[in-house]
Amino acid sequence: MQFSTFADFIAMGGHGFYVWLSYGVSITLLVLLVFLSIKKNKDIIHQIQRRQQREAKFKQAAQRQKDNFSQEVTHESTS
Amino acid sequence: MWKWLHPYANPEVSYHFAGRLIPWFSKLTFILLFIGIVWALLFVPADYQQGNSFRIFYLHVPAAILSMSIYVAMAIAALSSLVWQIKLADASAAAMAPVGAVFTAIALITGAAWGRPTWGTWWIWDARLTSELILLFLYLGVIALHNAFEDKTLSGKAAGILALVGVVNIPIIKYSVEWWNTLHQGSTVSKLGAPSMASSMYWPFLVCFIGFICFVTWIICLRFRNEILARNAMRAWVRDLVNNTEVK
Amino acid sequence: MNKRNDIAIEIKASLSYKEAFMLIFKRDLTIAFRHKDDILNPLLFFIIVITLFPLGIGPESNTLAKIAPGIIWVAALLSTLLSLDRLFKSDYLDGSLEQMLLSPHPLFIIVLGKVIAHWCLTGLPIIFIAPLLGLLLHLEENSYSALMLTLLIGTPILSFLGAIGVALTVGIKKGGVLLSLLVLPLYIPVLIFATSAIDTAAMNLPYSGQLAIIGALLIGSITLSPFAVSAALKVSTN
Repeated sequence: MQFSTFADFIAMGGHGFYVWLSYGVSITLLVLLVFLSIKKNKDIIHQIQRRQQREAKFKQAAQRQKDNFSQEVTHESTS
Repeated sequence: MWKWLHPYANPEVSYHFAGRLIPWFSKLTFILLFIGIVWALLFVPADYQQGNSFRIFYLHVPAAILSMSIYVAMAIAALSSLVWQIKLADASAAAMAPVGAVFTAIALITGAAWGRPTWGTWWIWDARLTSELILLFLYLGVIALHNAFEDKTLSGKAAGILALVGVVNIPIIKYSVEWWNTLHQGSTVSKLGAPSMASSMYWPFLVCFIGFICFVTWIICLRFRNEILARNAMRAWVRDLVNNTEVK
Repeated sequence: MNKRNDIAIEIKASLSYKEAFMLIFKRDLTIAFRHKDDILNPLLFFIIVITLFPLGIGPESNTLAKIAPGIIWVAALLSTLLSLDRLFKSDYLDGSLEQMLLSPHPLFIIVLGKVIAHWCLTGLPIIFIAPLLGLLLHLEENSYSALMLTLLIGTPILSFLGAIGVALTVGIKKGGVLLSLLVLPLYIPVLIFATSAIDTAAMNLPYSGQLAIIGALLIGSITLSPFAVSAALKVSTN
């Protein structure tokens, strides 16, 4: 242990500001990078899920339209 | 070797392979960086010239070395994606660019904070600092190109070409302290066998450095998986995978 | 666009490399002379930017003399950047770029012709007008030859490196800002060595070392950048 008191440790022999600035900024940036990378994974999965839901909806709509159309056709032919 | 490598050209296999690496490297990162930083901050003796500001060394040098190594790795990935049309190499290049940019920024910021007490100035326009700043701009250009096109494959190729052009900068950074007379000191840890520093200072550096390497591998695996997902969104295996995961 | 059609490129497979090069070179010059403002605007920009500095900094001749090389070179970078868009954009929009890519001639020759034509239209006028602006900025008398030499060797590098950036961004709708982000970092070495050569010359010291480095950059960019440009054009036109 190089420092006898906690105040010494913070002061870093007069260089405290520079040491803590660089450690603080670096760790903030690294944590930010981790956080953003994990968040992006969730975003992408969410995006793909939404796209699939949209596609399923389109498919349903198309199916319904087709059904309606064939119903109409059968109505017309019977009437 | 090709036979052994071949399965990893399949996105699905690589996706799960990267997924298996993530827990290991994340744990290693936390352990090594914790030990390394505590060691560097509390137990390393103060430098006889620079005093306690020397403790910045343990962030600055690994970040600077990695900023260049990641660029070279990215350029190699870009080259193999352009020459052999390997789509996964392209995804890995895209995964590396932001990580490299962050490390370049860390190297520049810690360098400035270290330069103030040792040189008496935050910034000087010498060859080492300027070329490292250019490296940051190159990273930002590559990232901007990756986001510029709708089509991911296209933007990957464009960014790859820029990355390859920028490789010229790497030897300039590496040898700038030897080619020009600058304020920046020469490298202290380049020779693994005979480092020109005391072993009580060298060992914590090694721990920090390996910790940072694990960090880089971890983040690149994370981002690599993201890139694979984004590029293969229409594939059946991605659909299954996505349907089986819950997103809050 | 009608003006362009009558100079349609008819490159036959039998053309030699030199003929193909000259054809592209002359075609680009002809097109440019029909749109004279394309040549004049970057030049006017160059002059205006330089006149802004004495107004902003103040007219002391010592200060101006000290920063004159930097101002002239930065203005040259910016005006080149401004003119780069013309290099491939209109050819891309009217489809002639794709025809060139399909032609049997190596893309290297075509790119070389286009870039050298671009330099003749932007680099050369800057070189002619630079000594005049040097006078306005009270440039040291010893520096004029160095200024001319660095511009003569340096501006082609700007065109060649810039061509890579334009080729990468030609397919993007709003590529202008992105272009400057990509190209300006690549310009930094040229700027550093050119201004350092002019400063050295002002102190009456030999500046051949800096000139040699700029020369090496020029040779490197002539030989390598057309490959990068061709690859980038293939990506962009897809």
